[in-house]
Order: sequence, then C-alpha cells, then structure tokens
Amino acid sequence: MRTVIIKYNAGNIQSVLFALERIGVQAVVTDDAAQILAADRVIFPGVGEASTAMQYLQERALDKLILSLKQPVLGICLGMQLLCTHSEENDTACLGVFKDVRVRRFPHSGSGLKVPQMGWNSIGELTGPLFKEVNENTFCYFVHSYYAEPNSFSVARTDYILPYCSALQIDNFYGVQFHPEKSAKAGEQILKNFIYC
Amino acid sequence: MLTKRIIPCLDIKDGRTVKGTNFLQLRDAGDPVELAVRYCEEGADELVFLDITATTERRKTLAGLVRQIATHINIPFTVGGGIHSKEDVSLLLDNGADKISVNTSAVNNPGLINKLSGEFGSQCVVLAIDAKLIDGTWMVVTHGGRQPTPLKAIDWALEGTSRGAGEILLTSMENDGTKTGFALELTRQISGAVPVPVIASGGAGTKEHFAEVFTEGKADAALAASIFHFGEIPVPELKRYLSARNIPVRI
Repeated sequence: MRTVIIKYNAGNIQSVLFALERIGVQAVVTDDAAQILAADRVIFPGVGEASTAMQYLQERALDKLILSLKQPVLGICLGMQLLCTHSEENDTACLGVFKDVRVRRFPHSGSGLKVPQMGWNSIGELTGPLFKEVNENTFCYFVHSYYAEPNSFSVARTDYILPYCSALQIDNFYGVQFHPEKSAKAGEQILKNFIYC
Repeated sequence: MLTKRIIPCLDIKDGRTVKGTNFLQLRDAGDPVELAVRYCEEGADELVFLDITATTERRKTLAGLVRQIATHINIPFTVGGGIHSKEDVSLLLDNGADKISVNTSAVNNPGLINKLSGEFGSQCVVLAIDAKLIDGTWMVVTHGGRQPTPLKAIDWALEGTSRGAGEILLTSMENDGTKTGFALELTRQISGAVPVPVIASGGAGTKEHFAEVFTEGKADAALAASIFHFGEIPVPELKRYLSARNIPVRI
C-alpha cells in the first residue's frame, strides 16, 4: 500500500506521518505529481489559511491534480475545507469536490465559547466506511475557526456554537474537520479505516 | 460539546523527567516517554513538556526526545523551555511536537510571538504567563518567578493574543506548589478577557480544585504535575468526578 501525504505550505504534516507510523503505515511526503498519481492512498492535510494554501496549490497545478485523483483521498482540517466549494476565510474559491458546500467562520456565541474551537468534541450521526467500528459520540481533537455547513455529503456532525458538518464523503473523497492523527484510539481507527477502505 | 481538558505536565532535564513518579508499574519512572504513554492510556487530553535543561547540548537531546514522544503518543503535546527563534520551533515541530510554548523569551522580545504565529500558525503558539500578586495586582514574572517585570498579567495576555498567541498557559506563582487550589479570580479575569483558550496552572491539590477552576475560574483546560505523577489523583478518577458534576470531559 503506497500512501502519500501531499506536501504544501500548510503545517501538521509531521504529526500525520507519525500517526501513520503508529498504525504501521510508512507514508511519503511529496508534491511530485507522478508519485501522488501512483499512490494507493492520498492524504491532504493542512493547518493554515485558505487563500494562501489555494494559491500555492494553483501555482503548482496541485489543484487540478487533486481533482483528477481516483484513489481514496483524505482531507484533514484545512485540507477538508479546501475540498469544499468556498471558504469565508479571505473569500476563497476552493476545489469544489463537495459541491456547493460552504465553509463559514464560527459566529461569536455570546455564551463564552471561544473561536477557534480547540480541544476534544464529539462526533455523531456517523455513517460510511470511515467510521467503521467507531462509536457514535466518540471524542476527537479539533482546532479550527471555520466550519462546513450541514450538507448532503455529511458523514459526521458536531456541535459547537451551532451544529455543523465534521466529516464528508463523496465517492473516493473523504474529509474530516478534526485531527485523526491526534485523536487517540478513535483517530487511529479512522486512519486505519481510510487506509484499508 | 467541547470538553474541558486535563493536562499533565512533565518537567524534563537532560532527557529525563525531573520530578519522580510513583507509578509502580513503570520500569523506569524517570523516562518521560514511558510516563507520557501511561498518561495517554489513562485518558489525559494533552501533555505539556517543559525542558529545563541548561546545557548547550540541550536542543539536540530535546529534539530526539520529542521525536520519541511523537512516535509513541496519539494526543496533542506542547513543548516549552528555552525557545528563542523560528529555528528552535522548526526543530521541535519537525520532530512531531504539536505546539510550542514561549515565556521569558516572549517577554524580552514580544515580536517573537508575531514571528512564530506568522510562520507556523497561531494554533501552535502557546504563551506561558507566570503571574504573581504584587501590591494587589497580578503582575508578570519571569525566570521561574524570580524576575519581576512592569507588565500586568491581563495586559500581557491581551497583547500576546493580539500578537498571535493561540492559547494562554497561565500559572499563578502564588499558588504553584501549594496544593491549595488554582488562582480562580486571576483565571476568570484572563479567560474572560482573551479570545483564546486559557489553561490554568498552579495549585491543584484536590479534585474539587479542578471543578472550581472550570466553573468559577472559567478555564478551558487545567494543568498539573505532581498530583498526577505521584498518583494522588489518577486522571480517570478525576474525570469521573468532574463528569458527575456535569463538567464536560472526555471519558
């Protein structure tokens, strides 16, 4: 099983690499088109700002490359948001794999809930192969200020200030808002599910 | 619902945990990796490692240790102690740390916070503030509490977050080591003022203290060292206690 992590200008790649090592998967970090196309699994991670990340992808034609992938692809955090259609973060047009799904900024809650959301929150309404053997309302680790609105591709839901979509899937494309690489045993199960889906 | 985080803190010197532990099952109580794994299994939500090594070899030793930790644990962890530059941070992040914390170096050079958050993102920059009550005002102190500064803790917390710190690790030097409870008023004041999460530290002695700092102190997370290391309050027991009091925790 050849697994690649797409290298671009958005952090947390090392954490993903280490998490894969813990479940016995040796991944390669690369921005080389041939290597990405030849992989069995592609992970599209990311922590950072949407517009600069999109610009970086476009300059290297990685945007078109990602859209052309037929093997399972997992977007994590910003990676997931970039698979949506639009992000409010600097009014950024994203890749549009998840058609018409918009990413918005959490509103101020008035109840003392802070933005970004940082820490462990539960995921529910779980469906699909990514959540095989993962219990409803399992806790995962989140760090984010922007969220995907509820939509028809949703395979997990989380509540923070408002209910939102914390994982999506269409065909071979998966996206999770939380960090499976930092989400203890549940996260490892989700990564395994993706690798062996 | 977002849960309150319980964070054991390990002081590291020359690659070893400084304060011992009485986890009898551990082969080697001074091995930070083994202790970290133990905390993970017990349900700790995050870990903080503070490196207090003073030698010039420290960076290499620390990077190796961070790599060991990263390959063994599956929850987020922060590394702090002696971080002065982007290069220091790169080395730690490249070896698998999720966040870094700055304290004295940020007081001496506030621009460091902008530089680090600009380069690596706010989510990985924790501003550690040591606060001491001086003439009725909570002031920032550095060098482990020995060095006073002209900064009010609240002002520094606001400045630090406006410069890009993504989280505040707030230690009351009045309470640290006393086991008489967290500084509730200070924690509430700072947590209410800044837009980012606040980790309360210093003074944990009982399970009630944790409940108080979450309810009255409005903390987002609570950190402690010795009470966890010496098994006085096991993490699972603490979490069950908090959950029974309707404080949301990950169990």
